[in-house]
Amino acid sequence: MQITVTVNGVTHTHDVEPRMLLVHYLRESLNLTGTHIGCDTSQCGACTVLMNGKAVKSCTVFAVQADGAQITTIEGLARNGQLHPVQEGFWEMHGLQCGYCTPGMILTAVDLLQRIPNPSEEQIRHYLEGNLCRCTGYQNIVRAVQYAAEKMRA
Amino acid sequence: MAVTKLFGASVKRREDPRLITGRGNFTDHIRIPGTLSLALKRSPHAHARIVRVDTSKARAMPGVVAVYTGQDLVDTLAPVPCAWLIPNSELKVPTYRALAIDRVRYVGDPVAAVVAENRYVAEDAVEAIEVEYEVLPAVTDQERAAADGAPQLYDELPNNIAFHWKLHAGDFDAVWNQAEVKLSRRLVNHRLIPTAMEPRGAVAHYNPGTGELTVWCTSQNPHIHRLLLSAVTGIPETRIRVIATDVGGGFGSKIPLYAGEMLASAISRDLGRPIKWFESRRENYVATIHGRDHIQYVDMAATRDGKITGVRVKAYANLGGYLSTASPGVPTWLFGLMLCGAYTIPVVHVDVYGVLTNTTPTDAYRGAGRPEATYLLERMIDLLARELDMDPAEIRRKNFISKDRFPYTTPTGLQYDSGDYEATLNRALELVNYQELRRQQEELRAQGRYLGIGFSTYVEVCGLAPSAAAGAMGFQGGLWESATVRVHPSGKVSVFTGSNPHGQGEETTFAQLVADELGIPLEDIEIVHGDTAMIPFGMGTYGSRSLAVGGTAVIMATRKVKEKATKIAAHLLEVAPEDVAFENGRFFVKGAPDRAKSFQEVAGAAYLAWSMPEGVTPGLEETHFHDPVNNTFPFGCHICVVEVDPETGKVSFRQYVAVDDVGNVVNPMIVDGQVHGGIAQGLAQAVYEYVAYDQNGQLLTATLMDYAVPKASMLPRFDVDRTVTPTPVNPMGAKGAGETGTIASTPAVANAIIDALRPLGIDHIDLPLTPERIWRAIQERRQ
Repeated sequence: MQITVTVNGVTHTHDVEPRMLLVHYLRESLNLTGTHIGCDTSQCGACTVLMNGKAVKSCTVFAVQADGAQITTIEGLARNGQLHPVQEGFWEMHGLQCGYCTPGMILTAVDLLQRIPNPSEEQIRHYLEGNLCRCTGYQNIVRAVQYAAEKMRA
Repeated sequence: MAVTKLFGASVKRREDPRLITGRGNFTDHIRIPGTLSLALKRSPHAHARIVRVDTSKARAMPGVVAVYTGQDLVDTLAPVPCAWLIPNSELKVPTYRALAIDRVRYVGDPVAAVVAENRYVAEDAVEAIEVEYEVLPAVTDQERAAADGAPQLYDELPNNIAFHWKLHAGDFDAVWNQAEVKLSRRLVNHRLIPTAMEPRGAVAHYNPGTGELTVWCTSQNPHIHRLLLSAVTGIPETRIRVIATDVGGGFGSKIPLYAGEMLASAISRDLGRPIKWFESRRENYVATIHGRDHIQYVDMAATRDGKITGVRVKAYANLGGYLSTASPGVPTWLFGLMLCGAYTIPVVHVDVYGVLTNTTPTDAYRGAGRPEATYLLERMIDLLARELDMDPAEIRRKNFISKDRFPYTTPTGLQYDSGDYEATLNRALELVNYQELRRQQEELRAQGRYLGIGFSTYVEVCGLAPSAAAGAMGFQGGLWESATVRVHPSGKVSVFTGSNPHGQGEETTFAQLVADELGIPLEDIEIVHGDTAMIPFGMGTYGSRSLAVGGTAVIMATRKVKEKATKIAAHLLEVAPEDVAFENGRFFVKGAPDRAKSFQEVAGAAYLAWSMPEGVTPGLEETHFHDPVNNTFPFGCHICVVEVDPETGKVSFRQYVAVDDVGNVVNPMIVDGQVHGGIAQGLAQAVYEYVAYDQNGQLLTATLMDYAVPKASMLPRFDVDRTVTPTPVNPMGAKGAGETGTIASTPAVANAIIDALRPLGIDHIDLPLTPERIWRAIQERRQ
């Protein structure tokens, strides 16, 4: 099937198998390997991207379902060499160790802050439930999101 | 102008810019034109004889390039090696093939391999392979497996026992016979799945023209993988290059050699094409190692005033279906040596039976042996306190090795380097406001609410060393680390380390060390790791060893560089080397600080070599292999405060305080992060995570839906503090910090929950303390 998808501002047209997952399309067809795969049951959230502005797990979306959509992956989040405040927060607050869950974690946090600009710690922890991290114990991820929230409100 | 010291500074990580922008270099990102995809056909049975493997349908599928069975590779791929051959234990190592030939021994044991144009086709072809099995009775529990009449995994291993390891220090029988207080318990340290967020994988590229094999793989120790791949494929080490730059967590699971990377390598050589193998999470759960699974029968002897006089343990370690790379050493040495803990226990007797079962092989998982020892001691000492009606803090204080006794030789033969155990306890008591907390507990109990306070005053062994000790323990390798410091003509520095960080941040901390030594900016220093073609043979990152061992190698190599640079500078300044001082990146004549050469000028001169001192060769590069004189022994006190709802068994975390002592700290931000993550994993063992098999050996917790890796909402905030007792073992005074949290937290949480349930007469519940188990224990008491 032919699909047309705009990824990080660039429009692509490809023939894809109907069963191809969006995450494989991004990684294999577009070579956007910043979107990671950590499980096969949509639990870990490493593959999270923004689809029409909302966080989705790209392992749970077929590429054909993204036909006509606007996708933002981690590679497209920084603009003109300027890190997004959430990326900055993760760096400042040591919100990552191995970095494997990080792209998905960051994009979910971007989605959170679009919806709730001033989240409580409890809201942050609840919102990140679909993204697993095995390194940090989440404490500095919470601080990273708080840092970004403050910066984005300023 | 003095250059700011970076030792002790929370320098932001230099790894992060690539990782937060999606530009990391993980194994699954490697793209080589013409790469074929490898997928494995795995056994659905825990124990079966392979009657017939029919690959004809798979071979006929479009896009399938080749299919291999175990028999096809029997002459070209040697069995998976076991590299920890514990002595005096009658250890028997059964044959462990990458592809099973006649028999499968756990669910997930690979029986055939498909190579196809892409992964979708490869997975389809795996489904098309038909395997006929004669299903055999399976056994998953190590005590059952060791009992007479149990299903036998190997003809040559009666009762499935692979070894019987013992360490008897002192006369326990005498102590037991005279003991005023005797406690006996059966404790279970259950099975866990490491769950690095990046599953394992490999891209193997054999070039038939050069005979060289390049393997990108998810490795904590690339040189070990190169050595073992050389051993199993017969390709010389000089023709194998292993690369593992960004690795998405390991926790021990990326130490061993496994079927996947072996098969990718052998098949790439066979076909002359690049082969990519990457496991799914389900495969990760059935076929990458599990951890712990240690059943312990414990006897503890004590005096009536609370002094522990001896500990005896008989333990059964579940090794799984085969012996993984380091598996025999984990439940034995790394457990038994630490059975004195932080206490002056004079007599320790330990017997460990290593038992093979129809389960996934087990090996080192974060903490590896020390959590088993620490949980045992910390749980038993709480039971002893209960028996004697003593405060759990005070009974610990009574048994501590006091700070004036270091270095302290344990009856098990270790020499604890340094410590002040009471200081961490005092600090933690202060942070939780202990007396007030106990008062609150009384008050709440009167209202029918169940608050609990749990302690863990641990000590652990890490930065494992020296190599001679490794040899005595049967570890088939040294425990040193390497570093090369290469100063370029411009004065920029590349540091090649044999450590292989996969989240620990050594690209930052090692650069901090070198910047301080050379007085040059951090930006001038590059840390290179994870590529066997670039770095000297290195042992890798595990056992909280990278800073203590690898960092010391970096410092020693840097000091050799300084020594040579000093000679060159003296020559340029026309004075004797003794008359040259080095500060803040400048060599100058003592007493005449204006007569100086910058580090960069000296580096340039070393490469121009127009005028070198007598006997000094051109260039500025040094290598050091560091073999430490001893391990390091971090310690601390964790206190957990919980409230248990007696109607549902639900545990709420009210407070978690960790006071650790890891000696001097290079980067406090990174150490705090290690402690947070470590506590999360140990806490999860206490209340969330456990591996379940059904009686046929099917893994019931085979996905992230079923295995409870904690989510953000399931963890409390951790209050982290430190005391500082430097170690004399290395020039930094730094101890390991990667595993303390995991080792300490499981008993702190468990003890808190049991303390909460004390008014109900409950003094123990086996791990994990899930709401159901707690609820059942309460119901039993109420009946």
